[in-house]
Amino acid sequence: MADVELHNIVKTYNKGEVKAVNDVSFSVNEGELFGLIGADGAGKTSIFRILTTLLLPDSGNASVSGFDVIKDYKNIRSSVGYMPGKFSLYQDLSVEENLNFFASVFNTSVKENYDLIKDIYVQIEPFKDRRAGKLSGGMKQKLALCCALIHRPKVLFLDEPTTGVDTVSRKEFWEMLKRLKQQGITILVSTPYMDEATLCERIALIQNGKILSIDTPDEIVKQFPENLFAVKANDMSKLLNDLRKNNEIKTCNAFGEFHHITFQNDNENSHNELIHILQKANHQNIELKHITPSIEDCFIKLMN
Amino acid sequence: MKQFLTFVRKEFYHVFRDKKTLLMLFGLPIVQIVLFGFALTNEIKNSKIVICDYAKDEATQQIINKIEASQNFDIQKTLFSHRQIEEAFKAGNIKLAIIFPANFNNDLSHLHQAQVQIIADASDPNTANTLTNYATAIIMDYQQELMKNNVVPFRIVPEIRMLYNPELKGATNFVPGVMALVLMLVCVMMTSVSIVREKENGTMEVLLVSPFNPFLVIIAKAIPYLLLSIVNLSVILILSVTLLDMPINGSISLLFAESILLIITALSLGLLISNVAQSQQAAMLISLMGMLVPTMLFTGFMFPIENMPVPLQVICNIIPAKWYYTIVKSIMIKGLGFSAIWKETLVLFGMTVFLLVVSFKKFKTRLV
Repeated sequence: MADVELHNIVKTYNKGEVKAVNDVSFSVNEGELFGLIGADGAGKTSIFRILTTLLLPDSGNASVSGFDVIKDYKNIRSSVGYMPGKFSLYQDLSVEENLNFFASVFNTSVKENYDLIKDIYVQIEPFKDRRAGKLSGGMKQKLALCCALIHRPKVLFLDEPTTGVDTVSRKEFWEMLKRLKQQGITILVSTPYMDEATLCERIALIQNGKILSIDTPDEIVKQFPENLFAVKANDMSKLLNDLRKNNEIKTCNAFGEFHHITFQNDNENSHNELIHILQKANHQNIELKHITPSIEDCFIKLMN
Repeated sequence: MKQFLTFVRKEFYHVFRDKKTLLMLFGLPIVQIVLFGFALTNEIKNSKIVICDYAKDEATQQIINKIEASQNFDIQKTLFSHRQIEEAFKAGNIKLAIIFPANFNNDLSHLHQAQVQIIADASDPNTANTLTNYATAIIMDYQQELMKNNVVPFRIVPEIRMLYNPELKGATNFVPGVMALVLMLVCVMMTSVSIVREKENGTMEVLLVSPFNPFLVIIAKAIPYLLLSIVNLSVILILSVTLLDMPINGSISLLFAESILLIITALSLGLLISNVAQSQQAAMLISLMGMLVPTMLFTGFMFPIENMPVPLQVICNIIPAKWYYTIVKSIMIKGLGFSAIWKETLVLFGMTVFLLVVSFKKFKTRLV
């Protein structure tokens, strides 16, 4: 059964000038870890705010746990957990005071649902008397997650929970989400980091308010239509220029250590031909290998 | 209920942990009372004067005693010759000289008329004017005392009577004004800023996505400021009674009840502002411009409303502080009871209900 459903949701700002969400439909199954992947300004936060009843959509309808986001907004508000993209706890209250406050706002107590947050809370417990504003980025996110979980929500909305958090904390955070999933909580998470997409069960790639593709990360990768190659040489910027000038190359994108390319005519000959051309252009230590595309490759492909 | 109490406690944490705001909250009324009480008053106290008494009789002695007893004058010296007067003025800091001619008492008792000369340093005309008025008042006062004893049929003495404020104390006028000002400022500004702060910090977003009733959020926010304002009010009253010798002739409980009504008016106004303002600065500016200036100008404690052109007088009527000012003056100075101020109370009450309804209607249960 679908826990979160959106049908043709449209949301515009500035009297229709800016189309933030453009005809978006998808559904999240019960107990699923669903990722909304897209760059900044893609419309992720708008979708989250519509689902958490903070914004009204211009058209279309949506429901969370079977409740309509417009008519039954009160039911949704008491049954979901929401963690906004910006750190939104009271900076001048201590860790413990924040947690107690949110527990009582949701008519519960920390004790009642301690088992749910225990794994996360023990990590910040040593700092429980510290003001929330004085915590590190990762700690803040853990506290915010605790506060969003304290009333044992059925659906958890996490808007860019790992933005601005260091790599180690990000990894920990995703492990926590996996454990929460095991508790049967439906989780909708958004992120601009493509590498986090593979940690979700299903993902929706979103760009300029439009959904590009919805599937499991594996399926999305499988749907990549061509063979993808990675090229490397000593002078990477010159290499990028040369590759882009070459008519045989269909696409070429810089990806950290390598440039990812696809060929117009993908065969053994064209590969050798490319290496030959590059050698002629004085490139040294040329390396060309076949690779499996990442979500980012797929995203760029879908974008164009 | 437990929810609500937790919320109120949280608001108190906010208030007490924000040291700067707290200092402002309690510093503001004290500074205002002291400033208005001592610095910004048009009363002149302890001006240095000299007296030249040629008569040295019973009558002059009694008048001089009266002058000495007055807080406005501080007799520097008694001169023996009027030649010394100009020197005294030139030496500076002498504002006034009073000269009694010889045979003062004789003239007064036999001719029923005596003269006294008052010379003022008119380089500051306002001060000179005020001081001569003070001196004339004292002499008139003495004359009247004489009248009681002697039956003098033909003298016409203009009777000057200052109702409620015989000594023309400035404090009686501005203390109610400062009370209105401080209450309006603290309540309006603090509520609007604290609600907008929740919006700015994003905590409102989290609070909205909770079963908590948004109206309770507002009421919970108002409670700490209500209590703080009552504390502030008490501080103002204590200061004005002890420091400024201000009377409280009416019922104190009635005074507090009326003040709480104004506080609620101010809180609902603050709430209304918080619905409009998008940032804490904007909220602060709107409350300052919307509250401070009109309260100062249109309440009547700085500029008499009667002197204003009609359109401005109409504007005065929509300023809650104006009504409160009238109420406080009636209770504190005139010592009147509720029957005398029920109209003003009703107007204030009506404003409160109106503002509350509008602000609750306008309160957004969603973002934007």
